[in-house]
Amino acid sequence: MHIAEGFLPPAHAIGWTIAAAPFVVHGARAVVKEVRENPESTLLLGAAGAFTFVLSAIKLPSVTGSSSHPTGTGLGAVLFRPPVMALLGTIVLLFQALLLAHGGLTTLGANAFSMAVVGPWVGYGAYRLTRRLGGGLLPAVFAAMALSDLSTYVTTALQLAWAHPDATSGVTGAAVKFLGVFAVTQIPLAIGEGLLGVLLFRVLTVNARPELERLGVLHPEPDPTAESAPSAATKSAPSAATKSAPSAATKSAPSADGGAR
Amino acid sequence: MRRRQLVTALLVLAVVALFALPLVLGAGSDYAGTDSQASELIEESDPGYTPWFSSVFSPGSSEVESGLFALQAALGGGVLGYVLGRLRGRRVAEQIPAPPTEP
Repeated sequence: MHIAEGFLPPAHAIGWTIAAAPFVVHGARAVVKEVRENPESTLLLGAAGAFTFVLSAIKLPSVTGSSSHPTGTGLGAVLFRPPVMALLGTIVLLFQALLLAHGGLTTLGANAFSMAVVGPWVGYGAYRLTRRLGGGLLPAVFAAMALSDLSTYVTTALQLAWAHPDATSGVTGAAVKFLGVFAVTQIPLAIGEGLLGVLLFRVLTVNARPELERLGVLHPEPDPTAESAPSAATKSAPSAATKSAPSAATKSAPSADGGAR
Repeated sequence: MRRRQLVTALLVLAVVALFALPLVLGAGSDYAGTDSQASELIEESDPGYTPWFSSVFSPGSSEVESGLFALQAALGGGVLGYVLGRLRGRRVAEQIPAPPTEP
């Protein structure tokens, strides 16, 4: 989805830069706020940025006979909400524009708008919608990852069609043409990215449960000791009671403290 | 636990198959990048358009370029592996009861 350097007319290049800039600035503030208020988030923030870094470096073959890369922006959008990805995605694009001659500085605004703004927001919307319709975490993650990827490429195709309308069929004709290149190739890659996201979240739900609960991605599970209490109670009622009592006390203490503050 | 591992294996297999199948089926294809295809489309449909700005730095050869792409993937993969390793280590450490403190 990288529009090559100089391939957008100056007016479009400036327009997209102005359009993307507020999202990136807002995203930078969101990252700083998250790190300051929840220092324990730094680890997962790093994972979200790293995931985008890896995926956007790898060009994968598609059944259409061309190759393209996934974006990986859905993960951070689900975990930290989309503004955070506006900054992280733009950092990736800047790295590629400066070091790899991939994308460019004049097209950075347009590329950031598609990959770091539209993609994360569409992915987050798909995640929320799936959850609201009663879907589980993993189907919602799949939808978020796949659609953030696909919507990024659809946006790029429309940006190019707007800047380079077809001589005879105009913007619509150009859009069909560019969508034929970008969107069709991207469908299998989006599915692959969705599956990768599901794999990663399966690891995270086991190993990063406290973080996911705090971020609201997972609902706190009932206390395992409380869950096994009925069976334990029949065997040794007194020990189960003494076990659960202190744990309940320590749990309620911090929340009461936080409420007082 | 076993079912969980099976699901993981199937997911990995699906991802690999999704990207390996095109390579096997379309052996004649050269898998040009969509980014460069789009640039070609513009040059075709809009021959009067000339890019008005060129990259500030371009890797000298395709070898250097793929090296830099590998560097990008390595940085991302390294950080991701570090985070997952730390999270897993933390969980394992939590499961092991603290050793009895000896005076």
